Amino acid sequence: MRHLLSIADISKAEAISILDTAHELARVSDGAVKKLPTLRGRTIVNLFAEDSTRTRISFEAAAKRLSADVINFSAKGSSVSKGESLKDTAMTLQAMGADAVVIRHSASGSAQRLADSQWMSGSVINAGDGTHEHPSQALLDAFTIRKHLSLGRSDLEGLSVAIVGDVLHSRVVRSNVLLLSKLGAKVTLVAPPTLVPVGVDSWPCTVSYDFDAVIPFVDVVMMLRVQQERMTDFYFPNAREYSRYFGLNIDRMKSMKPESIVMHPGPMNRGLEISAEVADSARSVITEQVTNGVSVRMAILYVLLTGGALETGSN
Amino acid sequence: MSVALSAADIKRALTRISHEILEKNQGASTIVLLGIPTRGAHLAQRIAAIISEIEGSEVPHGTLDITLFRDDLRLRAPKAIMPTTIPQSGIEGRDVILVDDVLFSGRTIRSALDALGEIGRPRTVQLATLVDRGHRELPIKADFVGKNLPTSKTQSVRVLLGEIDGRDEVSIEGVEQ
Repeated sequence: MRHLLSIADISKAEAISILDTAHELARVSDGAVKKLPTLRGRTIVNLFAEDSTRTRISFEAAAKRLSADVINFSAKGSSVSKGESLKDTAMTLQAMGADAVVIRHSASGSAQRLADSQWMSGSVINAGDGTHEHPSQALLDAFTIRKHLSLGRSDLEGLSVAIVGDVLHSRVVRSNVLLLSKLGAKVTLVAPPTLVPVGVDSWPCTVSYDFDAVIPFVDVVMMLRVQQERMTDFYFPNAREYSRYFGLNIDRMKSMKPESIVMHPGPMNRGLEISAEVADSARSVITEQVTNGVSVRMAILYVLLTGGALETGSN
Repeated sequence: MSVALSAADIKRALTRISHEILEKNQGASTIVLLGIPTRGAHLAQRIAAIISEIEGSEVPHGTLDITLFRDDLRLRAPKAIMPTTIPQSGIEGRDVILVDDVLFSGRTIRSALDALGEIGRPRTVQLATLVDRGHRELPIKADFVGKNLPTSKTQSVRVLLGEIDGRDEVSIEGVEQ
């Protein structure tokens, strides 16, 4: 594996090996060892052309725990805001000797473009491209589900997951549907018809418009953020109505299965898709998702950045 | 392929190593055995069992994975990370005995010393290995050796252990040059 661009590119075995690696790395960082020398001398650039808090910080923490050098590069305050193209930015990073670029960009396919081009030789990690994919988020979600519910299995066979909310604008959902179904889970999307994308029938999942009919039968309820900044049209009458039909509140949570968990990729709109009581309840694993994110991203960096020199050397 | 150690030879070697460890450390009260996965971990467990039989008390033992501390990570395909389990007693001020199956270049042990340094400061670190096949690339020497096997660099030493391979045997593969 050289790049991580999309869940569609990786096999079930590769996904499981990343999760297993993350599991061991989590144990290492839980213990006495906070810093590992594994990626000493490697440079990782966080190229964030779109706002992000947790993904950028998470990749930064992961890289630093593995002793890599991290350069943060955000569109605001850089030459990107002066109109520099992705190509020129990439060539600048290449000239500085970046071993890996973690890219977040509002254009779908931007990570693929960067990887396919000859602009730079390092690894490319997609940290969210437009409404396309967010593979590291899906891996950390799968890791969290596996930790809580798989009963020692390496995959997610037999579990069922509802992903609820703004499916249309969500890259998290695309990566998650692919990964969770690849790992054997049954995925149901729940959303108002206006927020379900065209072509969803070709995805490996089912679609429901009735949250209350789905919630008693699933092991995981993953809420999605209503992405108001991407909404250029009217998708639902008002926030109160959305909340009533598709929000997760304490009453709705009572109908969940006893061992089931509540997830949210963040950032949350408390009171819109999820109520504060649910977000802070014992069922919620939302802050644990953030913790697991660091371990999973350490695993991704480990898998992509070791063994690379031989590969480029033989080319 | 020639067999260098039979199951009985391995058993005798491990028993002798266990006695030597006890002799050198004047008993088992301060020692911690840490095996390097995969086969070193099983050997550490066996030595711990032999020592507790001799001494009549449990010996703390665990595993120490060194994958993340290797110096050739850039050159090789990523290896799976194995579990590291440090016994409850910790290693601070203890006599740590590292256990591995084959001692060759010495680079694994260098990595293990780095890994130990991240966990604590043992009083001493000693090394036990089932086979020493020579060809060191670093100034590292074993304290307890099951058998010295002179080999050429083109040969390879294969260690089989009952726990994972179904039987105990050490063999040398390839021709001497």
